[in-house]
Amino acid sequence: MRIEEHPILGTFEKGRKVTFTFDGASLEGFEGEPIAVALRSNGVLIHRYTIKRNEPRGVFCAIGRCTDCIMVVDGKPNVRTCVEPLKEGMKVETQKGKGPGPAAE
Amino acid sequence: MSEGVSTKGYLSEAELENSPGVPSRARRERGPVAVIECTQDIPCNPCEASCKVGAIVVGEDITNLPHLDEDKCVGCRSCIHICPGQAIFMVDESLSNGKAAVSMPYEFLPLPGEGEVVTALDRSGSALGDAAVTSVRKTDKMDRTAVVTLEVPREWSMKARAFKLKR
Amino acid sequence: MQRHEMISIGAGPAGLAAAIEAARNGVQVAVFDENDRPGGQLFKQIHKFFGSREHYARERGFRIGTRFLEEAAGLGIEVSLNSTVMGIYEDMAMNVMVRDHIEQVKGERILVATGASENMIPFPGWTLPGVIGAGAAQTMANIHGIRPGKRLLMVGSGNVGVVVAYQMLQAGCAVEAIIDAAPSIGGYAVHAAKVARQGVPFMMSHTIKQAIGKDRVEGAVVVRVDDKWQPVPGSEVEFDVDTICLAVGLNPMTQLLQIAGCRTAFVSKLGGRIPVHDENQRTTLPGVYVAGDVSGIEEASTAIIEGRIAGLAIAHDLGYLGEDDFIRQRNVQLESMKGLRSGTHGDERRKAKEYLNALMKG
Repeated sequence: MRIEEHPILGTFEKGRKVTFTFDGASLEGFEGEPIAVALRSNGVLIHRYTIKRNEPRGVFCAIGRCTDCIMVVDGKPNVRTCVEPLKEGMKVETQKGKGPGPAAE
Repeated sequence: MSEGVSTKGYLSEAELENSPGVPSRARRERGPVAVIECTQDIPCNPCEASCKVGAIVVGEDITNLPHLDEDKCVGCRSCIHICPGQAIFMVDESLSNGKAAVSMPYEFLPLPGEGEVVTALDRSGSALGDAAVTSVRKTDKMDRTAVVTLEVPREWSMKARAFKLKR
Repeated sequence: MQRHEMISIGAGPAGLAAAIEAARNGVQVAVFDENDRPGGQLFKQIHKFFGSREHYARERGFRIGTRFLEEAAGLGIEVSLNSTVMGIYEDMAMNVMVRDHIEQVKGERILVATGASENMIPFPGWTLPGVIGAGAAQTMANIHGIRPGKRLLMVGSGNVGVVVAYQMLQAGCAVEAIIDAAPSIGGYAVHAAKVARQGVPFMMSHTIKQAIGKDRVEGAVVVRVDDKWQPVPGSEVEFDVDTICLAVGLNPMTQLLQIAGCRTAFVSKLGGRIPVHDENQRTTLPGVYVAGDVSGIEEASTAIIEGRIAGLAIAHDLGYLGEDDFIRQRNVQLESMKGLRSGTHGDERRKAKEYLNALMKG
């Protein structure tokens, strides 16, 4: 899924390769890129399930406006993964409904 | 816009016949010449300044369609990579083996190699048949737009406008 | 309370062009942008621009963006990123959320250059992962270097649809078709021609009926519409795609202006509800100006010129630029703008803008 060489943009400058976990599984990505990009490069497109109907959601706008891509990151829910930069050792989890925390039931 | 362009996205050869940027058959048979397939009045004029012999004229009003002076044009291909709409080609129907050369802008990877056989496509993307790549030009000055020249049967000179790699 | 002579809300081409023009004339400028990088949509544009030399013709969008940023840095313009302006209040006061804290800021003059957001059309299955906005496809491919998917369906044949479809081909994706409910292609003929000759079919008078898939997009069903926009039963066509891209129009992000009580008018040719403004980019709110897509959906080139005009007007209104100098320089920009708002496409936008300008007087 990653573009190795782009006809106009050439190669993409990325940070160093880092590992992170997604629902317990160990995945690789590049430091500083949006978590959503690292997930997509690993074939992960489902970020959360909706509160009422438990439907799968993922990236829509990719610029942090629509909030469809939110996930639980390092225990914190509602993180917009399309803009949040990936860090080494991050714990990323599929968000079920409102996720953990005082707001959840 | 004409019917074809507005519903299918591509011009028919008939529409091009009357376009100020398209040279006559007689001129095409004499040697390499530019073919400017720009038929819409968008404000745009980089082609005019790019021509070293002044063969392309847009004029004061930059929505004018570019006019090609086919006698001034020497077919140097300097204008092909300049056009932001990738609407300029070069055609040479003077080849002795019943073939024609067609040069076109190309902004994809991988680049074909010289001598490689590709599938020539018409404006609608339909396959015409095999064609050999005779030249691939891509310099820094061209700002990432390569110019690829194909050798095609002469009947395709005003049809072949793209290609697909076989690999 | 932070105080600035001029505040640009938005660091896209309009906001930056205005900041640069004003700063060149001695105005102290601060720019706020909610994103983590400046440039607005410019850095996603990898094609060569049209226009003439002064409109940056032949230059690729992202190169123009880099030049703007260098120039802004050279003029000492502060660009504050991750900074969301939450409202424009009385006395030109604003609340700005910078990362996780709120700052109170005041500007003697404020330019709203917040651009536009993408429209959406709901259809069964549209919430499935794999349905994305066209802007998202650009962001993924051109900023982050990742293909949004393997096989795409593009919904919308305006310039965004045809340009992004071409960019998807360049990124190595397959584009199965470009559909549009309208009977004719909305984008420029040359943009359409570029994708048509790569074999991408256009299907006019077709709309998206459904996205198929359990957990993600696995296919799309498209249906023809009649001249009353109603689906024609039995005309369904199914596509094997994993990504559906929506390029169905842009809508100016005028929330800050509307909260502040700016007069607006509905102009569908320019994308919806537009702030009324004069040809110097002044709105009905004293001290507040607009430029770029927020004042009507056009192009990067017009956004840059509007930004320059607003910057000049602000410099003049703050007393840095004399009347004659201002009129002379502004007229150079207006002349340049005339070129862009001409021709079949440009003419309509020109008339729409003149309508808005006239409302300022009424």
